[in-house]
Amino acid sequence: MSRNRRLKLQIFRVAVFLVLGAFFLLPIGAMFEFSTRGVTDTAPRTLNAWLTIGQTPDLVAAILASLGLAVLTSLGMLLLLVPTMIWIRLRLPYLTRAMEFLCLLPLTIPAIVLVAGLAPIYLWMNLNINDSILTLAFVYLILVLPFAYRALFTGLAAIDVKTLAEAARSLGANWGTVMLRVIVPNMSVAILNACLLSVAVVLGEFTIANLLNYVNLQVAIALLGRANATVSIAVAVASLLFAFILLVILSFAGRPRARVHLEDTGLPYPGAAGGGLR
Amino acid sequence: MTTAVAAAGVGTATRAGVEIRLENLRRRYGAVTALDGLTLTLAPGELVALLGPSGCGKTTALRLLAGLEEADGGRVVIGGHDVTGLPANKRDTGMVFQAYSLFPHMTAWENVAFGLQMRKIGAADRRRRAIETLELVGLGGFANRYAHQMSGGQQQRVALARALAIRPKVLLLDEPLSALDAKVRVRLRDEIRRVQLDVGITTLFVTHDQEEALAIADRVGVMQSGRLEQVGPPTTIYSRPATPFVAEFVGLTNRLPGIVRGGQVEVRGTSLPLVQPDAADGAAVALVRPEAVTFASDNETAAGPLVGTVIAVAFLGATSRVTVDLGDITVLAQLATSEAAAHPAGTRVRLALRPDAVLIARETTGATSA
Amino acid sequence: MTVIERPLVETVRRPLRGGTRLATPQWIAAAPFFLYVGIFLLLPTAIVAGGAFIDGKGLSLSNFATMNQRFVINAFINSVVLSAISAIIGAVFGALLAYAVATGNPNGVFRRLVSSACGVLAQFGGVTLAFAFIATLGSAGLITLWLQQHGMRIYANGVWLYQLRGLVLVYTYFQIPLMVLVFLPALDGIRPQWREATESLGGGTWHYWRYVAGPLLAPAFLGSTLLLFANAFSAYATAAALINQGSIVASLLIANTLTSEVGLANPGIASALALVMVVIVAIVMVLYTVLQRRTARWLQ
Ligand SMILES: Nc1ncnc2c1ncn2[C@@H]1O[C@H](COP(=O)(O)OP(=O)(O)OP(=O)(O)O)[C@@H](O)[C@H]1O
Ligand SMILES: [Mg+2]
Repeated sequence: MSRNRRLKLQIFRVAVFLVLGAFFLLPIGAMFEFSTRGVTDTAPRTLNAWLTIGQTPDLVAAILASLGLAVLTSLGMLLLLVPTMIWIRLRLPYLTRAMEFLCLLPLTIPAIVLVAGLAPIYLWMNLNINDSILTLAFVYLILVLPFAYRALFTGLAAIDVKTLAEAARSLGANWGTVMLRVIVPNMSVAILNACLLSVAVVLGEFTIANLLNYVNLQVAIALLGRANATVSIAVAVASLLFAFILLVILSFAGRPRARVHLEDTGLPYPGAAGGGLR
Repeated sequence: MTTAVAAAGVGTATRAGVEIRLENLRRRYGAVTALDGLTLTLAPGELVALLGPSGCGKTTALRLLAGLEEADGGRVVIGGHDVTGLPANKRDTGMVFQAYSLFPHMTAWENVAFGLQMRKIGAADRRRRAIETLELVGLGGFANRYAHQMSGGQQQRVALARALAIRPKVLLLDEPLSALDAKVRVRLRDEIRRVQLDVGITTLFVTHDQEEALAIADRVGVMQSGRLEQVGPPTTIYSRPATPFVAEFVGLTNRLPGIVRGGQVEVRGTSLPLVQPDAADGAAVALVRPEAVTFASDNETAAGPLVGTVIAVAFLGATSRVTVDLGDITVLAQLATSEAAAHPAGTRVRLALRPDAVLIARETTGATSA
Repeated sequence: MTVIERPLVETVRRPLRGGTRLATPQWIAAAPFFLYVGIFLLLPTAIVAGGAFIDGKGLSLSNFATMNQRFVINAFINSVVLSAISAIIGAVFGALLAYAVATGNPNGVFRRLVSSACGVLAQFGGVTLAFAFIATLGSAGLITLWLQQHGMRIYANGVWLYQLRGLVLVYTYFQIPLMVLVFLPALDGIRPQWREATESLGGGTWHYWRYVAGPLLAPAFLGSTLLLFANAFSAYATAAALINQGSIVASLLIANTLTSEVGLANPGIASALALVMVVIVAIVMVLYTVLQRRTARWLQ
């Protein structure tokens, strides 16, 4: 490459980075700024809004509910996906495509559509079983499927499940031992990834809770926004920071050992469409 | 040098190649000196192979000639014109890359026609010339295939056709065969040579495979650390290496300690003539090719500096390589397989050194080297 | 040989066939997953699909009759316009950023930083994103106030942040990072040899983009844009948090039809609208997959 062109390219790269960097950082900075404003234009900066978070019972309840949902969803996701995926890989390879299809299906079904179909199901559950907000975990598990599936798939693809299982079986292990003591430890990074992604999705979910009339974290923020904008923005920043931390851990520490290209697995990118996040 | 031979019935113009001069080329990458004053002249129609260990600057030399990199100093002259400042697309060079250089969204003929399109040649002409050039490389029937529908060897042929179709002044090949398996490599190597002779184009061929270089080239240039160590016909490079580096890089070499005395070197009781007859007297290491080591005819194995035990025989086809333990050092000998077979591992043998001129190196450490 | 072998094989196989396998079929272990997905994913989808064709009197197409009404048509047109514009803007800027990343050091800090940030930001949306823009460009937002102090009024003709234009801007915030994520692999598939081959064959920068890189990247670019379109089309939370009343886009319309507080809720019509949305998204996603396949063949 000629030096002239290299220089031009370098200028282009820096320019793109600066312009888009500003575009992405400004709104987040503005949120910080907004959450520290005083009551009037001339009042000094204050952390009051942040301190008020803990004293708003509705908010605390919503935060606890969302955290509970995150835990339940992650656990449920692990219980449902991990054994099934391993088993299908080992014994039922003909079900691979069916499982993949189902797990990625939530990407094509917008959350708003899912809600329309869930409404009667939740009505029935509320009347006959339980109307706790924690029942949302059932549908959140569906929302996290594409993300968790892809994370776990990458982890499984990186290890030779069949050989590991056969070796353990030939040494006398039963299937439970094979999964828990042999395969799962080898895909711990993938499991961590799947959990972090699930937590991030659950904490950011608004659509389904709102339309099924539950107050989770995001709904509480939205409601509060009408009454006290600074506090609601402070919570929004806090929840954003929390999600950032989770996802940064994920993208830096939790890198899968073998990189599997999305094209290789034929998976569409899970950030797309559907999911209850936006 | 080779005379250009007309390729009858083929659309590729027969032309005498042009002379290429690389003069004192220099190129640094940060702290690494990739080229340190490279000077090389290619006669018209000649095929020169650049050979050398990884990182010695072969690719850099080729890319400077192609215009894909800029030199820090020195000149590139193609056919009498100084092209040092010209960008790659004005230099009229045809380049074949190591692998994966075909445009994947174009068929074979479209790939070959691409350079013609850049030269604003009409569509009908383009297609005709592309197909003719594909026929030249033996792929007439593959015009409508995409890269992913062809084998690695076929892809490289198309890449060769693409480079030739524009009738460039120079053909540049950067390890074009290294991604292929051994058999295809040999076949395609001969094919490249045939086509190059047909077209009569001046060619620079970069490789790190010495066998390839020796087999295909009119002259071979051996490089080390950004410099040319020696340039010459393959036979000269092999049998009369100019420096110890060349001797050891090209072919296998035994390093036998000896004493230089009066224009001869005495190695284990045998006097051998020197390549460098004016070498000063004293201790030295003689570099002896395995082919120059034979079994002595008298088979007197009682004692002596060249008596030892065969410890391994490696079958290479028509010849075999025999490793002999002489007690203090081991020596490699390359012999006809029939002869080697008569001396299986464990046999006591006496070796003899053919009185070919040998090269000496001055350091005295190390016994043998492969 | 064969005479001896046969009985051996039989004895090994029998117990497996007759015993273990028949007693508990192996697919039983996978059944909970399929059952679960059936209840919480397929059943709701079926309810929507079925509900769309059922009104008070039974099977009918009457729910789709609302599709003729002005406000419904407008909402869908608005959704298409919003999704298309935000997808195109997102695709263009995302592609530029991806190119800036792809031309840098593949193991460099810049690349890691950008791809991590994009991974995070592509998931960013909903209430938090809406609030971020309200804090930036709302009537009391940071930039709005700053501009006011310098004598510029961006809202002279109404606060457009809470209109369709505002949604376009806010959506680009997650569209650009998503574009980087889906387009970067295609750019990485472009080999430097192709540019060098173009040059040595006599082509310049224009020829390279026109005949080589352009056609190679076109399917990936188009496919990614479609994905962004689907992404915006099905988005609800951000729009809901930003726009308090009205149904200016399809997702808001569906939500309002589903849970109208003024008693106009109509699950049948909501299902019909939802079905239309699913069909549009599904068509776009199928096209995306087709284009993605082609990209995978050329640029792996
Ligand atoms: N673009 C570059 N940036 C930095 N250093 C480079 C670059 N290209 C080459 N080098 C360095 O220059 C030296 C010569 O490289 P070159 O590619 O010419 O070697 P080579 O002889 O072709 O080796 P090989 O047989 O491995 O292909 C090497 O040390 C290499 O690391
Ligand atoms: Mg090289």
